[in-house]
Amino acid sequence: MEVGTGKVHRVAGPVVQATGLKSHMYDLVLVGEEGLMSEIIGIAGDKHVIQVYEDTAGVKPGEPVKETGAPLVAQLGPGILTSIYDGIQRPLPKLVEASGNFISRGLFVDGIDHKKKWEFTPVVKKGDKVEPGQTLGTVQEQLLIKHKIMMPPGKRGTVKEIHSGNFTVEDTICVLEDGTELPMIQYWPVRRARPSRAKQAPTIPLRTGQRVIDGFFSLAKGGTAAIPGGFGTGKTVMQQTLSKWSDVDIVVYVGCGERGNEMADLLHEFPELVDPRTNRPLMERSIVYANTSNMPVAAREASIYTGITTAEYYRDMGFDVMMTADSTSRWAEAMRELSSRLEEMPGEEGYPAYLGARLADFYERSGRVTTLEGTEGSISIVGAVSPPGGDFTEPVTQNTLRITKVFWALDSKLTQRRHFPSINWLDSYSLYDLTLEPWFVENVSPDWNKNKRRAMEILQENAELEEIVMLVGSDALPEDQQLTLEVARMIINFWLAQSAFHPVDTFCPYKKQFDLLKAILSFRDHAFEALARGIPTDVILKTPSKDALAKVRLLEDYEPELNKVLAQMESEFKTMS
Amino acid sequence: MTKEYKTINEIKGPLLFVEKTEPIGFNELVEIRTETGELKRGQVLDTSNEVVVVQVFEGTGGLGKESTVKFTGDVIKMPLSPDIIGRVLSGSGQPRDGGPPIVPDVSKDISGAAINPAAREKPRAFIQTGISTIDGTNTLVRGQKLPIFSGAGLPHNDVALQIARQAKALGEAESFAVVFCAMGITNEEAQHFMADFERTGALERAVVFLNLADDPAVERLLTPQLGLTTAEYLAFDLDMHVLVIYTDMTNYCEAMRQMGAAREEVPGRRGYPGYMYTTLAIQYERAGIITGKKGSITQFPILTMPGDDITHPIPDLSGYITEGQLIVSRELHRKGIYPPIDIRPSLSRLMNSGIGAGHTREDHRAVSDQLYAYYAEGCDLRGLVAIVGKEALSERDRLVLEFADAFERKFVNQGRDEDRSIFDTLDIGWNLLSALPETMLTRIDDHLIKKYHPRYRKKE
Ligand SMILES: Nc1ncnc2c1ncn2[C@@H]1O[C@H](COP(=O)(O)OP(=O)(O)OP(=O)(O)O)[C@@H](O)[C@H]1O
Ligand SMILES: [Mg+2]
Repeated sequence: MEVGTGKVHRVAGPVVQATGLKSHMYDLVLVGEEGLMSEIIGIAGDKHVIQVYEDTAGVKPGEPVKETGAPLVAQLGPGILTSIYDGIQRPLPKLVEASGNFISRGLFVDGIDHKKKWEFTPVVKKGDKVEPGQTLGTVQEQLLIKHKIMMPPGKRGTVKEIHSGNFTVEDTICVLEDGTELPMIQYWPVRRARPSRAKQAPTIPLRTGQRVIDGFFSLAKGGTAAIPGGFGTGKTVMQQTLSKWSDVDIVVYVGCGERGNEMADLLHEFPELVDPRTNRPLMERSIVYANTSNMPVAAREASIYTGITTAEYYRDMGFDVMMTADSTSRWAEAMRELSSRLEEMPGEEGYPAYLGARLADFYERSGRVTTLEGTEGSISIVGAVSPPGGDFTEPVTQNTLRITKVFWALDSKLTQRRHFPSINWLDSYSLYDLTLEPWFVENVSPDWNKNKRRAMEILQENAELEEIVMLVGSDALPEDQQLTLEVARMIINFWLAQSAFHPVDTFCPYKKQFDLLKAILSFRDHAFEALARGIPTDVILKTPSKDALAKVRLLEDYEPELNKVLAQMESEFKTMS
Repeated sequence: MTKEYKTINEIKGPLLFVEKTEPIGFNELVEIRTETGELKRGQVLDTSNEVVVVQVFEGTGGLGKESTVKFTGDVIKMPLSPDIIGRVLSGSGQPRDGGPPIVPDVSKDISGAAINPAAREKPRAFIQTGISTIDGTNTLVRGQKLPIFSGAGLPHNDVALQIARQAKALGEAESFAVVFCAMGITNEEAQHFMADFERTGALERAVVFLNLADDPAVERLLTPQLGLTTAEYLAFDLDMHVLVIYTDMTNYCEAMRQMGAAREEVPGRRGYPGYMYTTLAIQYERAGIITGKKGSITQFPILTMPGDDITHPIPDLSGYITEGQLIVSRELHRKGIYPPIDIRPSLSRLMNSGIGAGHTREDHRAVSDQLYAYYAEGCDLRGLVAIVGKEALSERDRLVLEFADAFERKFVNQGRDEDRSIFDTLDIGWNLLSALPETMLTRIDDHLIKKYHPRYRKKE
């Protein structure tokens, strides 16, 4: 398409109307004398409707609108890892260099460095037939991360020339017989999903090291989870914790319309924390998008797409990727704000009618897949939802729950009791439960699922008993029920509760999760047996080993202590009378 | 030269619709002169070749089709110089103390660009407010935004004033500069603030913006922007630590709702505009610390929850942006406890980074957690006692119940002029905890108990 220039007709906040354009939907245009990055989001009669990614103060009717002839794209190539971007993939540290501590307008900065040279090692040779997605060669992007330079999707041919050595991302590293010159960099329109060959079943769990998640409501690799909760219930802490400890190769953290100080916290912490799997700084496997609440809403709207596109790119190399979005509600609100400026027919609570469709499109980009090349990669998505007033009946939560397979319901009552993670164990669910069971049997313990169900039953019974206790006090309950209450309390306080800030307890391996729960259940069995022998509940509850169990989870090398406590328990019950 | 127009076609609420203009920039500052010569100011909300929509800050009273409109070609700016310290200005930044206009060293765009997240420094410097429920259990740090959620008729203003008087960094004599923004508060409330500032000499290190209840509501939309622009100047140009107090955020949001209605926008929840989250965030996010800068901005917004309802959009959206909240409780107030801060729903999210060895004292976290746990448990027990009676309680539960009562009387309750050091606060905590058997102090490590528990300390 030939690129032309139109004129601004109207400016109202982040939405601009322009005349004289030929651009298509979602094409990028540059608005005004300053050339503000913008995107076509509607066409009505002779006018194009444009959302501007930057502040529009001062823009006047009559100013030029320059077409680019292309949609908003992500720049994909070596150098993405460790980056910190705004919602349209501008590296924030580069913006500091260019314009100081406050973000100013009209700056264009490449998503990846176009000058830096990378050592490219080819894996194909002259005469090879190459298919879409096939690896042409590799670049050691980080110490432990080998970046595959792949054929762009939709492109095939025969290698005429392939180079090896040090190149910038723009240099040609391969020429095809048809004359196509391929650089390492790829440009991909962010609103379009990158293709893969086939979706795989979600049969492998994503290990998070969080007991309530791995043990009760586990997420599969390639799965989707929603984490809704009122303010201060722990969404951000959970997403940061998952980003730190999950067993994935790459983490894409999208801070979408949230706090600046939180991003500062993350940016200070990630370079210092070490990935337990690789002993390398977490930052080396991370990509951060920080489009905070005070940054332009249109860029906030784009950030989710830019984020998922980079996630797909690494998935295509065969990596397991996790993307967290904090918060998808702010994303939905950005849509609502733009939609209302467009004077579209509002749907429920002012959200546009396409809210559900957009959410679905986004979550659909997750999955464990066979890549174009035939390797296996995955994207798991964890989306925070911030329902107004903590009320889950609102449209964003409801639309999200229709799509995501895991629901971690944060409960402000638990938050108030300072029980963290405040995931409600009665309301939450994982639809991957059954498909993942065989994996746990095979890889952790044949009893994994059985113990989990036993613990769940105890908690359910506990919930019913608690209602009675509220009315009559616990002393009025029969002895066995009092025991159940106590065992439930142990499960809740010693096992479900897990401080994200405790140096050891922040991450709990599968085996430890299993052993701890097993120990609590074994206390239960001893206790009921003792009760059957006629020993009164208050004697049973005074068992010192019960309280000793509380602190085992705080130990890194927990096994000797746990064995000691279990042995103690054994002998205490034997001699109890 | 900027032209003047007499082409007002429509006036609706606070909005003017002006036609047949040259191209006018979005957000431009507008000067409007009534036929009698009175000057008002406004801002462009919507601009096109056909019509320009202007929102008028001082209200549209007195304006008519004959009024002249001048577009200045520039956005709204705040004139700033060190002389601004000690001044009292109106909600739109005009002198209100009879003093001369500010002769600016610089003029700054009040809309305030976003701090680049990559340029932010992590807040971690402890601020001592002298109030135990804050310092001890909901610690404030420099660069934080921590609102007070209160209700009509509760003493939130006294709490704010006490903080403004007492806030200091440990070991530093220098106190905070205060930027105080009043939005829609009554004349009486304003007097109360001003009298206190004068009595304590705080005015000498304060800048005051006053928009009172009978001032135009639209003007309120400017007040926090002016205040925060001033705060940024003091913090990042003059290297000062600035505490911004604004009251009452609820009035600010009401003004936003009024404007939205005037513009016939599609309303969001309970009639408030859909962009209220973003607009509030733009104000609240102007708190923080910038790498390499000496100063800092700490925000203390006050808002009264309509109907004491924390799920109302104003506290709800605020809670989603700020770094915690302090809740003023009607129940504690009724019991005669001051400051009636209920620590249970209150939270300071940045507390962890500002406490402990090197910041306050090594036992801070543990003491705070232990106090919190037994106070919360004691409050729950009160509910049970109401049903089953005190006699039904176990010995342990009775101790916890008594602890909760004592906690309110000794820890929460303090004088309006009582400036407790953090060490006093922690020691009061220890004294309360020492009424419980040592085995009950499950959240405190043994070595801390040996070091700080009154029983062992007396032996020294
Ligand atoms: N797993 C956890 N362990 C310990 N403390 C936690 C945990 N999760 C949350 N918290 C506490 O709760 C506070 C609020 O958590 P967080 O910031 O994650 O809430 P949020 O749900 O993201 O809130 P908002 O919607 O306002 O952003 C934290 O500052 C921390 O004090
Ligand atoms: Mg959060």
